[in-house]
Parts: sequence; C-alpha cells; structure tokens
Amino acid sequence: MINTLIEYLRFPFVRYAIIVGVLIALCSALLGVTLVLKRFSFIGDGLSHVAFGAMAIAGVLNISNEMLLVLPVTVVSAVLLLKTGNNTRIKGDAAIAMISVGALAFGYLLMNIFSTSSNLSGDVCSTLFGSTSILTLTTREVVLCAVLSIASIIIFILFYNRIFAVTFDESFAKAAGLNTEGINLLIAVIIAVIIVLAMNLVGSLLISALVIFPALSAMRIFKSFKKVTISSAVLSVVCALSGILVSILAGTPTGSTIVAADVVCFALCCAAGVLRGKI
Amino acid sequence: MALISVEGLATGYESRLLKDDISFTVEEGSYLCIVGENGSGKTTLMKTLLNLIEPVSGQIRMNGLTHKEIGYLPQQTDVQRDFPASVKEIVLSGCQGRCGMRPFYSRAEKKLAADNMERMGITELKDKCYRELSGGQQQRVLLARALCAAKKVLLLDEPVTGLDPRAAMEMYEVISGLNREGMTIIMISHDIEAALKYATHILHMGSNIFFGTREEYVNSDTGRFFLREGGVQA
Ligand SMILES: Nc1ncnc2c1ncn2[C@@H]1O[C@H](COP(=O)(O)OP(=O)(O)OP(=O)(O)O)[C@@H](O)[C@H]1O
Ligand SMILES: [Mg+2]
Repeated sequence: MINTLIEYLRFPFVRYAIIVGVLIALCSALLGVTLVLKRFSFIGDGLSHVAFGAMAIAGVLNISNEMLLVLPVTVVSAVLLLKTGNNTRIKGDAAIAMISVGALAFGYLLMNIFSTSSNLSGDVCSTLFGSTSILTLTTREVVLCAVLSIASIIIFILFYNRIFAVTFDESFAKAAGLNTEGINLLIAVIIAVIIVLAMNLVGSLLISALVIFPALSAMRIFKSFKKVTISSAVLSVVCALSGILVSILAGTPTGSTIVAADVVCFALCCAAGVLRGKI
Repeated sequence: MALISVEGLATGYESRLLKDDISFTVEEGSYLCIVGENGSGKTTLMKTLLNLIEPVSGQIRMNGLTHKEIGYLPQQTDVQRDFPASVKEIVLSGCQGRCGMRPFYSRAEKKLAADNMERMGITELKDKCYRELSGGQQQRVLLARALCAAKKVLLLDEPVTGLDPRAAMEMYEVISGLNREGMTIIMISHDIEAALKYATHILHMGSNIFFGTREEYVNSDTGRFFLREGGVQA
C-alpha cells in the first residue's frame, strides 16, 4: 500500500494535485468560520448551485476554460445574494432557494439537451460530486487554483481583524467608521472564488460540507475566534490530506472521501467537547 | 464651533417618522445626558447620530470629528449563541478605528486595550469566552471596547444597565474622569440623579423636546415635572 502511494507520489502532477487540494481546504476552512458565524452558510449552498448552472452553460457554449465563465457568474451572484440577504432576512432566504434550485434545474436541463458527451450521467455526477479523482485536473487548473487560493489566504490574513469586527458586531464596526459594506462584499467575493475552486475538489453538492464542517468542529472545542480559525484550518487540512491519500490508495471518489473524513472529525470533536465539559 | 450640531432632525425607521424637530449642539468637552421615557426615541436618536440609520430629514453636522474617533456602547448587542470570541479579542476590536489601513494592531493599541480592561476590572477574564460571562461582566467588556474606540467622543446607551450599585458608581466616576480629561460624553440614562450630578447639558425626549444646560433644565417646566415624577429633589 505504501509502495503504491510512493509510486504515485513520484509523479510531480500528483504532488501538485495534493498541494492544490490542501490549499483549497485551507482557505475554505478559514472563511468557513465567518460564514457559519454570520449565518451565511446558506449563501455558500446557493452559490455552489449557481456555479453548477454556470458550469453547464460553459459546457454547452463549449468554452475551453470553464473558469472564465463560472468565476464571474458566481462572484456576481454572491454579491447579489448578499445584498438581498442584508435587506430582509426572509425574502433573502427565499431568493437563495429560488436561485439555487433554478440554477440546478437549468444546469441539468442544458446539459441534457445540448450535451455532446456519450456519458451524460457521468458528467453530471462528476460536476455534482467532484471528479472521481482530483488527478484529472489539468495543469492550467492546478496553477489557477493555487494562485487564487493563496491570494484568498493572504487577503484573509490581512483583513483578519476587520473580518472579526464585522462578524462579531456589525453595527459597532459601522459606528466606529469601518466600511462594513466593503468588508461584506470582500467576504462574499472570496467565498465565491473558494466555492468555484472547491468545485474541482469535491463537486458542487459537497462544497458546503468542506466549508462548514471544520468550523463547526473547531467551535466544539475552542472558545476564541483566533483559536477557532486556526484549529479549523488545521482540521480541514488534515481531513483533506487524509481524504486525498485514502482516495488515491483505495480508489474512492476524492470529494466524498474528504467529506467523510470531515464528518468523522466533527464527531470526534463533539465527543471531545462533551468530555471537556465534564472535567 | 460646536463639535456636533443637530438641526431640525427627524428620526424614524424606513422613513416612518418617529420624532421630529430635534435640535441641539454638543460642545467639545461637554457632558450631555439624554433622558426620557421608554420608547421616546433616545436609542433611535443615538443610532442616527452614528449613521447606523438614515435621518428622515434634517441635518447632523460634525466639526473636526470623524466616526473613527467615536466610541459607542450599544443598548443591546445580540451576539449569537456559541460565538467564539474571547474578552481580549472583543476589547481589542474597539481599536479598529485607530488602525486605518494597517492590518494588525500596534503595540500601543494592545496596551490601550489592556489598560481599559484593567480600568473596567476585567483583566482576569481576558481569555474567557464572552458568551459565558454574566450580563454585568458582558456590559463591562463592551464598555472597555467603547473606551478603546473613543478618541474624542463617547456615546453610551444606558451604560449602567446590569451593573451592581458599586460597579455603577465606579462606572460614573470613570466616565466623569474621562470627561475631565477632555472627552466629550453623550449618555442615555434613566438614572436622573446621576444625570443631574454629572451632566453639563440635558436633552429631554418627550412629547416636547427640551435641550439646555443642567440649570436651565432644573428650572424648566419639563424638568420640574419629570423630576417630581421621579421623586428627585432638585
Ligand atoms: N428597528 C426598528 N424598526 C422599527 N421601529 C423601531 C425599531 N426600533 C425601535 N423602534 C420603535 O421606535 C420607538 C423608539 O425606540 P427607541 O429604542 O429609540 O426608544 P428608547 O427611547 O431608546 O427607549 P428605552 O428607554 O426603552 O431604551 C419605539 O416605539 C420602537 O417601537
Ligand atoms: Mg433605548
């Protein structure tokens, strides 16, 4: 088993794929904390469906580099969803449900009508649940993913204090002269980028898990924002790494394996939290 | 020139009028107390001053004052269940306005946060989770945060709510100490005795709005009536 792994790791391409997987897991966990605390998790879910729809359109239009279409569409929807969500909560929720289900339906419809591929259900399945293997990423995708996720991580670190202020108490932050709309916009854009990136790793249906689980796990154990952020990043990286390695070895689908690892990790953290409360 | 001057201001929610014709000025270094019954629009006025809600009409002018120099203690902060935030992180976030474009807090700002925690007597709680504190302890944390943010003006919405009598006394002393050092204070309070003891000016929100110095208030009809109801000998 170890031998198989070493053999795989000899290919530089496998190593790059692993690096990209870890980077994506890292930035989705960082933003995940804010997303969960700001009650934005539903936006993540809606966006992933929008990304799916955009992906289908890109396929129909035969755009060679899908990212060029999917990324801007998802970013714009993120901004729009945030705007509606801010004004009135309930209407915002309904808008998201409409957009996400609509995008899902249209995406499938388009794929069905215009698809030139012989393996339609396979295509749909891999867009929804991620490619069966992260190793099918092209070099260009790997480079793009790496650049965008590193950029997101740097932006997150630079804005960390401001993101905390806006997440904890938005009206105080606004009263103190912070540009809260700007920060919210930034958060929305980064989330959209991460979701598009994570689609390559786990597929559009499982993205929410990648974003939410590490944050929820970390919140079981730690009580300060910094500790929660750091530990959710660590947990997410560990889960992604073990998920990817297991999927290479056992030939399981990468996305579901990573999410399964996240679920196990969450269960362990719950147990740890309960034990800690007893002591 | 007054630091803040409000002229013919009308407040309300989503252009539904709540109170109109509010006019007053706040001089640098003064101590303004806003009093009035529940629901008379005190909190709404303060939020309008802070630009958290749009004025329905009228003007708020600030002279040589930006929002980054204002500290604010909200009447209510609804923090979600389970929000992981330590006392230290929250107090430090009050320094945000001082940072400008700088991404991280400087040593001076960390020192300021530590001093304000000391001042509010919450230094031992600094690594505790905010959600697990008592109501009064939470109030002190938010006060320490407001003190970090206040460079020139401190806006307080019922600062002593939830504090025990001794802590409330200390709180008033801290605020009046800051005021003597030159900080401008605007405070909403139901504690009319304290208001009369410390304030230089009073704004009474009611069916008719009164604004004037403390002496003028005590001798006005509104003031006399309100004080008699409150059982205060002026
Ligand atoms: N978000 C809101 N939307 C609509 N109306 C509101 C909102 N918040 C408060 N009001 C209304 O505005 C009025 C004034 O409220 P405000 O909070 O300013 O009173 P207050 O003077 O601060 O009272 P208290 O002494 O109880 O704090 C109340 O009648 C209230 O119902
Ligand atoms: Mg009020």
